[in-house]
Amino acid sequence: MLWMKGVFNMSSQKYAATLSVQEMIAKKKRQRKNWSEKIMPVILQLTAIISVLTTLGILFTLLVETFAFFKDVSLKEFITGNTWYPFSEPGQYGIMPLISGTLRITGIAILVAVPIGLAAAIYLSEFASDKVRRVIKPVLEVLAGIPTIVYGFFALTFVTPILQKIIPSLEIFNALSPGIVIGIMIIPTIASLSEDALGSVPIAIREGGLALGATKLEVTLKVVLPAAVSGIVASIVLGISRAIGETMIVSIAGGSTPNLGLDITGSVQTMTAYIVQVAQGDAGYGTTIYYSIYAVGFALFIFTLIMNLLAQWISNRVKEDY
Amino acid sequence: MAILVEMRKEELMIEQPEVNKEEVYQTKDLNLWYGDNHALKHINLDIFENEITAIIGPSGCGKSTFIKTLNRMVELVPAVKTSGEIYYRGRNIFDKNYEVEELRTRVGMVFQKPNPFPKSIYDNIAYGPRIHGIKDKKILDEIVEKSLRGAAIWDEVKDRLKENAYGLSGGQQQRLCIARCLAIEPDVILMDEPTSALDPISTLKVEELIQELRKNFSIIIVTHNMQQAARISYKTAFFLNGEVIEYDQTNKIFSTPSDKRTEDYITGRFG
Amino acid sequence: MKLIDQEQVIRRMKPRLFRNTFFKYLFLLATGLCLIVLAVLFGRIFIQGLPYLDWQFMNSLPSRKPEEAGIYTALNGTIWLMVVVVPVTMILGVGAAIYLEEYAKKNRFTTFIQVNISNLAGVPSVVYGLLGLTLFVRTFAFGKSVLAAGLTMSLLVLPVIIVSAQEAIRAVPSSFREASYAMGATKWTTILRVVLPASLPGILTGSILALSRAIGETAPLVVLGIPLFLAFLPNSVFDEFTALPMQIYNWTSRPQDEFHALAAAGIIVLLALLIVMNSVAIMIRNKFSKRY
Repeated sequence: MLWMKGVFNMSSQKYAATLSVQEMIAKKKRQRKNWSEKIMPVILQLTAIISVLTTLGILFTLLVETFAFFKDVSLKEFITGNTWYPFSEPGQYGIMPLISGTLRITGIAILVAVPIGLAAAIYLSEFASDKVRRVIKPVLEVLAGIPTIVYGFFALTFVTPILQKIIPSLEIFNALSPGIVIGIMIIPTIASLSEDALGSVPIAIREGGLALGATKLEVTLKVVLPAAVSGIVASIVLGISRAIGETMIVSIAGGSTPNLGLDITGSVQTMTAYIVQVAQGDAGYGTTIYYSIYAVGFALFIFTLIMNLLAQWISNRVKEDY
Repeated sequence: MAILVEMRKEELMIEQPEVNKEEVYQTKDLNLWYGDNHALKHINLDIFENEITAIIGPSGCGKSTFIKTLNRMVELVPAVKTSGEIYYRGRNIFDKNYEVEELRTRVGMVFQKPNPFPKSIYDNIAYGPRIHGIKDKKILDEIVEKSLRGAAIWDEVKDRLKENAYGLSGGQQQRLCIARCLAIEPDVILMDEPTSALDPISTLKVEELIQELRKNFSIIIVTHNMQQAARISYKTAFFLNGEVIEYDQTNKIFSTPSDKRTEDYITGRFG
Repeated sequence: MKLIDQEQVIRRMKPRLFRNTFFKYLFLLATGLCLIVLAVLFGRIFIQGLPYLDWQFMNSLPSRKPEEAGIYTALNGTIWLMVVVVPVTMILGVGAAIYLEEYAKKNRFTTFIQVNISNLAGVPSVVYGLLGLTLFVRTFAFGKSVLAAGLTMSLLVLPVIIVSAQEAIRAVPSSFREASYAMGATKWTTILRVVLPASLPGILTGSILALSRAIGETAPLVVLGIPLFLAFLPNSVFDEFTALPMQIYNWTSRPQDEFHALAAAGIIVLLALLIVMNSVAIMIRNKFSKRY
C-alpha cells in the first residue's frame, strides 16, 4: 500500500486530480466568501424572536382593544356586574354570567376527567401489561387528536339526546352535555401527564412497600400516589386550563344564554362562546360589542395564563424533590 | 526557526534519532481549566513529524483533554479557559488570526467511539472534501477510493459504497472514520483512544493500520492500554493529574523509566 | 412474645387481596371507557355520515338542498390554508429550534424565549383568532383571506413545531457534530449537512402532527370571520375561502337531521385526512428510528 499525498498512483486508471487535496481546499477557500456563517445566526435568532413577538402581539392587541372597550363601559361594571346583555340598548356588560357559564362547564368536565383520567393513569402505570399499554396509549393519543369541532358535533347530536332521555327537563342547549364531552376531551391530558408523574416515582420506593407484603393497590394509594401528587395536580390544572379555553364544543352544544346560578340543564354561555357568537354576527367594527370580545378574550387569556403558570410552578417543584 | 532555539530541550530529555525531523507541535507552558478545575498544568511537549506519539496515563489525568486542545476541540466544552501557547508548524493556534477551521483542516481526529455520519459510506468519506468546496464527481471518486484503500477497508466496502455506514461492524466503522479523516489529507492525525470500543481482532487491524499510516502522517494517540502504546508508538508521554511526568522514547519509558510514578503506573501499581 | 401475629396477618390477607383485584378491574374499566367512547364516537359518525359520502359529495359546491351539497370548496380551502401554513411554520419553527439548540447561549434571554414558547402553547386558540383579526385582517388589511387565516394558524401551531423540532435536534448525538467540526467544518455547515439531515425524520414527524392540529382547528377561523358558506374557489392567497371544519360547523348549526348527516360525512373526510397524516408521521418515525 502506497500513500503519497496528492499523487494518485493506482496504475490502471487515469486520474483527474493533479493537486493534493489540501491544495484544492486552499484554492477553493480563496474563491469562497463565507457570509452564511455570519448571517445565519442572525436570521435564526429572528425566527426565534417571532415567538416573543407573538406574545407581545397578543398582549398588545388585547390591551389596545380592551382599552377602547373601557371607554364605553366602566371597569367596575365589567367586573362586578351581574348581567351580560350586550344586544340591548344600552348594553349591559357584567362579565360574571360568562364566567359562571365557563366555570359550570369546566366543573363538569373536571368531574368527568379527573376520576377517569387518574384511574387510567394508575392502571397504565402500575397494573397494565405491556400489551394492554400498547393498545390504550394510541387510543388516548387518538382521543387527544380529534378536532374539537368533531367533539362539538358529538355532544349536540349524540350526547344531548341520550341525556334528554335520562333527564327529561334537559334543554337542547345545556351545560351538562358539553361539560361531559370536554371532560372526555381532556382525559388524555390528565392521564398521560399523571402517568408520567407516577412513572417517575423511583421503583425502589415501590419495592420497599411490596417487600413488606403490601398489595399493589396499597402501595399505589399509600406510597406512589402521594409521591406523585404534585405532577398529578399539575396535570389537572392544565386540564382545567384547556377546558376554560375550549371554544367549539360549548359554541355548538352549550347555547348562548349568559346567566348566573348553578343550573346545568339549561342554555348557558361561556366566555369563548360569546366571542364566537359576536364574531359570527354582524357587529360592526368599532362598536362597543366589537370591542367587548377583546375584553372577554383578555379575561380568558388571564385565566388560562394563571392556570398554565400554576401548572408549571407545581411541576417544577416536583423535579427538585428527587 | 526562532521558536526551536527557545525551546528548552534539555528539560525534556529527548534523544533525537534523526536530525532532519521537524516539530509539528510545540506546547509552551500550556494550562487549561474547566471552570475551577485545573485540568492541564504547565505542559511543555515537542511532538515530531512522521512519528507515532503515545499519550498514556490513568483516567482523568488530562490526556484526552490535551489531545483535544491540539485541534481546539476542547473549546466545545463550555467554561474552558487556557493559557500558554501551542505552536503547530510554528504558528500559535491560539492566535486570533488563526481560524480554527483552518487548523482542523490540517489536523484530523479519530474519536473514542466510531462516529460515522448516518449517511452512505461514500458520503461519509466525501464529507470532508465536499464541505471544503470540492464538488467534482471524478475527483471525489478518486478521493473516496484512495482514502478507503489508505484505511485498509476498500476491499470490504467497495461493492456497497451507497449503503448506510451503520451497516458496518464496529471495527469497520472505526476504519471508515479513519478513512474519512484521510480524505482531506491532513498533516497530523489525533487519535483519542481509537480502539477502546473495539474487540481484540478489530483492535489489531486498527493498530496495523496506524503503523502503516505513520509513513505519511504524524500521529498522536491517546491510549488507556499500555501494551498498545508499547506496541505501536515511538515516543510516549506519561500524564498524571494534568502534568507531564515523563516524555521519552517508548522503549526507554517501558524499560528504564526515570520517574518513580511512571514506573508505578507501568508496573500496574495504580491506574 | 411476638409483636406480630402471623396468623392474623394471613387471615386479613384475603380481603386485602380482594380489594386489590377489585380496584385493578375498576381502573381497567375506567381505562376501557376511553376505548368505548372512541368506538361509539367513530361508529355513530360513520353510520350517520356514510350514506352521504360519495363522489358527488366530494365534488359539489355547498347548497341549500342537502342532497346536492358537497365539500368541494371547503376541502379546496383547507388545502389552500396548508399552502400558507406549511412553509411558514416549517421555516420559522425549524429556524427557531436550530437557534435555540445550536446557537443560543444559556442566558436569561434564552430562558425567557423558552418559557414564552411553552406558555404560548397553552394560549386558547380563540385568542389567536383575536390576534389574527386585529393584526392580519384589519391592520395589514389582508381581509378574510387565505393569507390572514394561514398566518394566524401558523402562529397557533408554531410553538408545537418549535418544541418538537428542538427535541429532534437534541436527539442528534454530539459525536456527529464533533466529527464534523474536527474536519474543519464551520458551525453552519455542520448544522446544514449533519444536524439537519439526521434530525429531519423527527422534525417531519412532529411537524405533520402539529399541522394535523391546524387542519381541524375551527375557533380561530370563526373569530377571523372566515365565511361558513362560499360558492367559489380562491384563486390566490389573497382571496376569501372557507375550510373543512367551517363547513362542518355550518352544517352542525342547522337544525335539520339531513344537514347533521352531511356534517358527519364531512367529519369522516376530515378524520380520514388526519388519519392519513398521522400514519405518514408514524411511518416516518418507525422507518428512521434507531438508525444510529
